[in-house]
Amino acid sequence: MTTTFLAMEPKTDSPAQVLQPVRAYKQSFKILAKRLLCANTFHITIEAPFIARKIEAGQFIIIRPYVTSERIPLSVCGWDRAMGTIQIIVSAVGRTSTEVNRMEVGDEFKDVVGPLGERSRLPEAAGTCVVIGGGYGTGAIIPTARDMKTIGNKVIGIVGARNRESLIMTEELKSVCDEVKITTNDGSEGKMGFVTDALKEVLSKESINHVLAVGPVPMMKAVSEMTRPSRIETFVSLNAIMVDGTGMCGACRVSVGNEIKFACFHGPDFDGHLVDFENLMKRQKMFVKEEKIAFDALLENPNCMSHGH
Amino acid sequence: MDTDKTILTSAARLRLPHQEMRLCPAEIRITNFNEVPMGYSDEQAHEEALRCLHCKDPLCVGLCPVGVNIPEFIKLIEIGDIAGAAEEIRKANFLPAACGRVCPQDKQCQSACKVGRNHPAVGIGNLERYAADYERAHRKTDTEKKLPATGRRVAIIGSGPAGLTAAHELIMKGHEVIVFEAAHRAGGVMVYGIPRFRLPLEIIDDDIRYLESLGVKFVYNMVIGKILTLDDLMLLEGFDAVMIGTGAGLPKILDIPGSNANGVYSANEYLTRIYLMDANQFPNFSTPVYSGKKVAVIGAGNTAMDVLRTAKRLGSDVTCYYRRSREEAPARTEELKHAEQEFINWRWLSNPVEFIVDDNNFVKQIRCEQMELSSPDESGRRSPVPTGKFFVEDCDTVVMSLGCSVNPIIPSTDAKVQTNKWGVIVVNADTCETSKPGVFAAGDAITGGSTVIQAMGQAKKAAAGIDAFLMEKERSAEKQTEREIR
Ligand SMILES: Cc1cc2nc3c(=O)[nH]c(=O)nc-3n(C[C@H](O)[C@H](O)[C@H](O)COP(=O)(O)OP(=O)(O)OC[C@H]3O[C@@H](n4cnc5c(N)ncnc54)[C@H](O)[C@@H]3O)c2cc1C
Ligand SMILES: Cc1cc2nc3c(=O)[nH]c(=O)nc-3n(C[C@H](O)[C@H](O)[C@H](O)COP(=O)(O)OP(=O)(O)OC[C@H]3O[C@@H](n4cnc5c(N)ncnc54)[C@H](O)[C@@H]3O)c2cc1C
Ligand code: SF4
Ligand code: SF4
Ligand code: FES
Repeated sequence: MTTTFLAMEPKTDSPAQVLQPVRAYKQSFKILAKRLLCANTFHITIEAPFIARKIEAGQFIIIRPYVTSERIPLSVCGWDRAMGTIQIIVSAVGRTSTEVNRMEVGDEFKDVVGPLGERSRLPEAAGTCVVIGGGYGTGAIIPTARDMKTIGNKVIGIVGARNRESLIMTEELKSVCDEVKITTNDGSEGKMGFVTDALKEVLSKESINHVLAVGPVPMMKAVSEMTRPSRIETFVSLNAIMVDGTGMCGACRVSVGNEIKFACFHGPDFDGHLVDFENLMKRQKMFVKEEKIAFDALLENPNCMSHGH
Repeated sequence: MDTDKTILTSAARLRLPHQEMRLCPAEIRITNFNEVPMGYSDEQAHEEALRCLHCKDPLCVGLCPVGVNIPEFIKLIEIGDIAGAAEEIRKANFLPAACGRVCPQDKQCQSACKVGRNHPAVGIGNLERYAADYERAHRKTDTEKKLPATGRRVAIIGSGPAGLTAAHELIMKGHEVIVFEAAHRAGGVMVYGIPRFRLPLEIIDDDIRYLESLGVKFVYNMVIGKILTLDDLMLLEGFDAVMIGTGAGLPKILDIPGSNANGVYSANEYLTRIYLMDANQFPNFSTPVYSGKKVAVIGAGNTAMDVLRTAKRLGSDVTCYYRRSREEAPARTEELKHAEQEFINWRWLSNPVEFIVDDNNFVKQIRCEQMELSSPDESGRRSPVPTGKFFVEDCDTVVMSLGCSVNPIIPSTDAKVQTNKWGVIVVNADTCETSKPGVFAAGDAITGGSTVIQAMGQAKKAAAGIDAFLMEKERSAEKQTEREIR
């Protein structure tokens, strides 16, 4: 398996280097590259050699940009084992994601922990897989799509966005899929509609044996509903609120098949047909009031984030 | 006058009053996170030291899991050599300032104190704290004498009391020690579980700096099992032995309706948000915690006491719900007493059966079944039995404090590390070696939840086991080269 996932990242092939024991265990978590993907959303490359050696498709990391920051989970959308780098996509939705996106090349994150969670499941027998992404999910599905392809599947990608401007990572996704269907709510690019419209079309034409959806909860829920009648194996990546990411706190608990599971530890991917999405959506709103206060504090005093750095 | 007292007879010593540590008054302490017991004055420490009978066969020592030489250190306090007392304690206990504060002395050393038969036991914990605090204030920069470097490397996983103790023991033996910690700071539960008002952060940080000065390296953000497996450590990274001190961090979640409601936390989450992420300084620190007007805490162990008192300090009206009665509450007596002084409401014999939620899934009420105690069984234990009567009370936050099981990350990523049916790592009782050769374990990871000092005691055993293992390796390596030369 090659070590580089995204075409635009520097490519080096020295697998021997990967096996060298590294005795200084310091990871700098320095930002090596950063580019704007769409409004408020950046693609960031981080120096994290140990994480890069081990990360697998579907796993995530937790970042604490400053001493005063929250720990937030982010999917890893690419990596370069030889270079010791990982790549993430961050959409600024509140205080901490904004703090991350305001940092510049050369800055260092205070803490990055990973790889966390289990890798994405792959279909047992080769066939046709569908990967569906929305928002940062379009990046997050790329490593898994690539794995699916490597083990001999046909892979169809479906991407959904509000409009042409908010579409991200489509070229990169195309490079690991056999075909990619694009939908936008306003029809400014690809077909007008939702990912489920594209999925419906695919399902009517082909026999699909595995689906992975990563993105907003309502999207993952709609996809799971659509594949339920035909019992197509469907996995979704649950973005529950997390603190430690190692199973220690239970903040990330989700209800799957009426059992309590910890998204950080048992997941983040779960069988979409068993997930209680309603509960997940409600739990995600647990701190809306506090989140607004924290965000306002950041806007009022942009320096407060570097306090204690 | 002092000389008079050093020749006190036992009878005279027994007549001396027990010195209580001054406490910050409840009305004031619930407004901040400062330490509650304010320490002994020099006079108090001396007076309390005089109460020890210096027993020839001290039963107290037998019940200390690390065997602190109690009569000896108390004698040193009595004669005014406080630094000497601290040094004496340190021979057996690497974290005396912490243990003096958090050991359940009434179940350990003090429970066996001879004075305690007819009088209040000697305040061993208080004196230990006194000596350790003195030492911290006057610490000399010169470090203990390490044995010459052995060239052997040991990886320690987790920086709780077990990990720190093993690190100390092994670096003194001349081995290279690297501690891998999953969190972004060291100390384990002493930092993210036990509240600051019982164990100030500076104390742990001080001990960690001391270990660093001895040459122990700490690496944070390393979840072993994920970023490096045990095999990576031993085969790739060149560690000769590994010690697992990962604790019992997997919280138990009550399986009743409403357990997944908003505002329902595990004690771990609640305490971690506050003590690891500083949510009590929100929004300067951006991690939130919702501690509402009325907080319901489920359970009555030490952790529950810590949650009750923490919630009180965040300004909430706090109620404890426990399905047994006060007598069965597993909390340390002192903790229960301190909590009782802090205006907390108690609902004994109350078994939660449902958390009632509003339309947005926020908890708004707790429903309990009233319990009663059965008549004593053969062992004399009375167990709670349901009465069929229920009651409902308002609350907007619930914290479940039901204990933890062992975090499965390491065993689940290495099939050779055997666990029992509760997920507890199985070790050889003499050496603390796991079923994987060269890998040892200590602390809550092998007990499923115990105490700081138990974890330390096991860590010392594991460190001795590791040292023996490494030396054996050394010998066989030598034999090997000898054979090769021949
Ligand atoms: C496994 C996983 C993978 C993720 N991958 C990505 C990714 O690749 N790119 C990306 O942009 N986002 C990703 N997220 C979501 C991201 O973690 C949240 O957007 C982020 O935490 C928001 O924090 P904030 O302080 O900026 O916003 P806030 O204003 O604090 O919160 C905005 C919303 O984000 C959610 N959120 C808040 N705090 C947390 C938290 N500690 N953990 C999880 N969710 C939280 C809540 O639903 C909240 O309403 C992922 C989440 C999970 C669980
Ligand atoms: C709220 C609370 C109050 C308590 N009060 C008292 C008290 O008053 N007196 C008392 O004696 N005991 C008390 N205890 C119990 C005591 O804290 C524990 O028994 C003790 O801390 C156990 O020590 P340990 O070193 O085994 O584990 P821990 O202290 O749990 O430390 C384990 C460390 O390992 C790290 N870790 C876990 N997994 C990994 C991994 N995969 N890789 C790397 N690092 C990892 C964790 O982050 C943590 O830092 C209390 C416990 C709690 C929760
Ligand atoms: S370490 Fe704990 S048990 Fe041992 S003497 Fe000190 S207080 Fe008592
Ligand atoms: S048992 Fe009590 S009196 Fe005897 S040595 Fe120990 S502390 Fe002193
Ligand atoms: S984030 Fe704490 S248990 Fe999953």
